[in-house]
Amino acid sequence: MKPANDKWGFRAEGSEQINLDKADSSLYRRLLNREPGFAVCLFCGSCRATCTSGNEGMNFRLAHLLLQRGETARLKSLTDPCLLCGKCTLVCPRNVNIRAVVYNLKIMLHEPF
Amino acid sequence: MYQHNQYQKGKPQQVAVVGAGVAGLSAALTLKKQGIGVVVFEKGETPGGHLQQWHALFPDREPAAGVLNQLKQEASEQKISLRTQTEVAAVTPSGNKFRIETSQGEQNEFDAVLLATGFQLFDAARKEEYGYGIYQRVITSAGLEQRLGHGGTGLTVNGRPPHRVAFVHCVGSRDEKVGNHYCSKVCCVTGVKQAITVKERYPQCEVLNFYMDLRMFGTGYEELYREAQEKWGVMFIRGRVSEASQMHDGTIQLKAEDTLMGRPVRATVDWLVLLVGMEPEKRAQQWARSLGLQTGQAGFFSSPEKFLHPSLTAVNGIFTAGACTGPASIPESVNQGRAAALSVLEFLAEKDEAGK
Repeated sequence: MKPANDKWGFRAEGSEQINLDKADSSLYRRLLNREPGFAVCLFCGSCRATCTSGNEGMNFRLAHLLLQRGETARLKSLTDPCLLCGKCTLVCPRNVNIRAVVYNLKIMLHEPF
Repeated sequence: MYQHNQYQKGKPQQVAVVGAGVAGLSAALTLKKQGIGVVVFEKGETPGGHLQQWHALFPDREPAAGVLNQLKQEASEQKISLRTQTEVAAVTPSGNKFRIETSQGEQNEFDAVLLATGFQLFDAARKEEYGYGIYQRVITSAGLEQRLGHGGTGLTVNGRPPHRVAFVHCVGSRDEKVGNHYCSKVCCVTGVKQAITVKERYPQCEVLNFYMDLRMFGTGYEELYREAQEKWGVMFIRGRVSEASQMHDGTIQLKAEDTLMGRPVRATVDWLVLLVGMEPEKRAQQWARSLGLQTGQAGFFSSPEKFLHPSLTAVNGIFTAGACTGPASIPESVNQGRAAALSVLEFLAEKDEAGK
């Protein structure tokens, strides 16, 4: 049997909408547990601007935002390029130990859930 | 209402105002008009505080000189006793009075003391990554005011108008790396005001403002922001500049993340303007310690009754007003000065009553 939403010959391929009612922020909470300091992030983008791997897709600001919203699919590609050099930590105006946050996030992303 | 004549029955009570900036002068004028003896101590050569360095005031770009001159003229009409180039070295409680010792070693007693010691601008050289003091074309918002003011050198580069100017918001504010976690609140609108002035002066120049948040809290500020977008085409980029470097031709290249685009951004500019924040005056903090006054987390004076009596301190008879209590605009400093004067009058009236 055809799915109901196919009966007009086209289908809606998911939604762009972030549904906070269904968002799963458990990974975010687990990471906060390990490295609580990053909750104060301003999303100013200094970390990305100064990042050694910033042009290779490393983006802590966006990774943090996606984590908060429970969107985990892109996290690996946004943090894999990180070399753990720590420049981001030097420029962060809220003094977040970004290097440690990314380090812990990398471990968690590679751990079996 | 106060019957101010009561103070004139005997010798008028004497109040020392420390700082002849906007708040101090406003307080002194209010007290003097109520028949109180006032001496204003000012460490600088002339009264007016930071207002003297400013070319135009937000939000309507009124010339700062007009406001300054009016204030100075009123002070001279009221014959305010102004002691310039006189730094207050110590304030010591002495019986029911306060002894003020100046840097010249002179000592005098006062019935009350009003601290209007103001602020100091953040030293932009501390943010080494922006290159202030290293690169010639990295300047501060205060430096830009001077360049745009009468007799200022403007922003001409090798005889041509600037092609592009960038402003960096939150320099020395909201930055824990320099120990200033707080928002200086007036720099946002200053950045918008200065961006417009640059466009007015150099219509072909592109102006970029790099910000984290734009806090247009005051009356007329949001309208100014709108005008900057609509009439002047100022480009606002949501991202904090992480570093600047000087190119071989003297231009400045800056790096940021355009956080709304989600991509790193780089731009070369003729001038980089750092919107420097406000810090508590160091001397004021020393007093705070020696007198047992309270300061908030950021180091500015704070009142034990900050909602209803914001100009009080932990010491009965010592009052505060203006930017020494936290970042403040000029109208706010004027209001605080006048309000503190009223608190001083209440204190003096009680003291007068108790002395009878």
